[in-house]
Amino acid sequence: MSNYIKLIVLGLIAIFAAIGTNYARDLAYQVHAILVMLIAGGLFIWTLRNTDEPDILVDRSAEYMDDVIRYGVIATAFWGVVGFLAGTFIAFQLAFPVLNFEWAQGYLNFGRLRPLHTSAVIFAFGGNALIATSFYVVQRTSAARLWGGNLAWFVFWGYQLFIVLAATGYVLGGTQSKEYAEPEWYVDLWLTIVWVAYLAVFLGTIVRRKEPHIYVANWFYLAFIVTVAMLHLVNNMTIPVSVWGSKSVIVWSGVQDAMIQWWYGHNAVGFFLTAGFLGMMYYFIPKQAERPVFSYKLSIIHFWALIFLYIWAGPHHLHYTALPDWASTLGMVFSIILWMPSWGGMINGLMTLSGAWDKLRTDPVIRMMVISVGFYGMSTFEGPMMSIRAVNSLSHYTDWTIGHVHSGALGWNGMITFGALYFLVPVLWKRERLYSLQMVSWHFWLATIGIVLYAASMWVTGIMEGLMWREVDANGFLVNSFADTVAAKFPMYVVRALGGVMFVAGAVIMCYNLWMTVRKAPAKEASLTVAVPAE
Amino acid sequence: MEEYTILRQFADSWMLLVLFVFFVGIVIWVFRPGASKEYKDTANIPFRHEDAPAPLKGDETAAPRGGDKSATSKEARQ
Repeated sequence: MSNYIKLIVLGLIAIFAAIGTNYARDLAYQVHAILVMLIAGGLFIWTLRNTDEPDILVDRSAEYMDDVIRYGVIATAFWGVVGFLAGTFIAFQLAFPVLNFEWAQGYLNFGRLRPLHTSAVIFAFGGNALIATSFYVVQRTSAARLWGGNLAWFVFWGYQLFIVLAATGYVLGGTQSKEYAEPEWYVDLWLTIVWVAYLAVFLGTIVRRKEPHIYVANWFYLAFIVTVAMLHLVNNMTIPVSVWGSKSVIVWSGVQDAMIQWWYGHNAVGFFLTAGFLGMMYYFIPKQAERPVFSYKLSIIHFWALIFLYIWAGPHHLHYTALPDWASTLGMVFSIILWMPSWGGMINGLMTLSGAWDKLRTDPVIRMMVISVGFYGMSTFEGPMMSIRAVNSLSHYTDWTIGHVHSGALGWNGMITFGALYFLVPVLWKRERLYSLQMVSWHFWLATIGIVLYAASMWVTGIMEGLMWREVDANGFLVNSFADTVAAKFPMYVVRALGGVMFVAGAVIMCYNLWMTVRKAPAKEASLTVAVPAE
Repeated sequence: MEEYTILRQFADSWMLLVLFVFFVGIVIWVFRPGASKEYKDTANIPFRHEDAPAPLKGDETAAPRGGDKSATSKEARQ
């Protein structure tokens, strides 16, 4: 019966997309309509061929649903390399403008590729990492199989479709020009559907849990899912100009629009890149260190303090703008108070290793996790400092901001995700161990030195250009033109791009290592004797 | 009063109080008597049910509660 409903829905979508292909008012919409038509049509045929086949009901409630997590792990590694490559390429474009090829003007120039890079690393790499690890963690800590059956598959594939629609949209010019919320209205609607399904799977599993208590990692994941839903809905309140085009108009205007955008933007950092990844930290660091979290009490206070404070920090992006002073002061004060929960969480993560510090010498995976928490501490120190109005007057609009974002994103989000992947692959593919620990060490050092090169060069260019912009001569005239600052930054731009190359190289080594772990590492003995049904 | 003023006044007074009291309440609640014992058990959740969900009934035997830390963590690595 449900197949008939599916067929009707898929058929309608395919027809609608076909009409859209014909009526499309712009290229991005047309390409997306073709894509949706092909996917819906393909799924229609696939569903049709499986309709009225005898149902084989297998009770799988005694196993975890790990297949979708294995796909998630692969997607994370894949999108990670794609996003890092895009970032390295645009770093070279900034250093050598000739790489904005004439034949690809309007498609592959910096302006088009930059959102592709940010979305690829934040939403494709980070998002897949969060979905995969949250599915893994919520099952293990709830002692229950994922709720909703194939809904988890819908979440996975639906999210990949969102990524593809967003990425192709940017290259073809379908963007609503809101930083980190560039996808146009129909892509936003699709993500909303996928996100509600994600929330349902996650909450359903928690409701089904066999443990009386909800483990702290799940609190962080849940805060991430709920808050991102709220942010996404409010910041994407747009009215499409036409159903057959990608252009839409936002309902907010003026400074309210700016404030909502940065309320969204900063909480994307606070809940997508912090709360969700803290969920990862609270599960994978204890697992890899083989000891429970340092202080569970601190973790609860950490959670509530973090979510109570982060939501107010957005206005620090709008110092010296039309935003009222009281609002930007509020954002600044809350950003500074955020030091406490951030560092509380960092200490909690680091001290989990107390009594097991020797593992740092022997286990490069835990080294990776520890340095990620170290970078978390560093960037959550730097961030509040940069939110202070006086510091911001120097740092804003300079490369310092970009350096700050990358020490957080590459150092904290990247490294903790790499650590989680190194933990997950042997477990999910039932291998005794990783293929090569030496390669993990190589990855660790390449990535760390890459980040140091990146952050250090951006500090130098950022402060330099900030000072150059404000430099005035004895008569009060500005000394430097904008082009002077660009020319002065060239050597540091090359250093930054080389840092990116090292980071990509590390990620490629990781992919090879994980691939060989699945292919070559010895299988776990237990899995040979106990017949675990392949899922 | 216009809508903005009403909301602003509410946010500055009652809502602020509610959020503040809620937060302080949580901090006090975390340090309630007997919490340490319960949290010790909770913190060990990641080291149980590594390979399969808990059986439907009577999972007390399957879940070694509290217990010797090194033993549970060794088991977790299996």
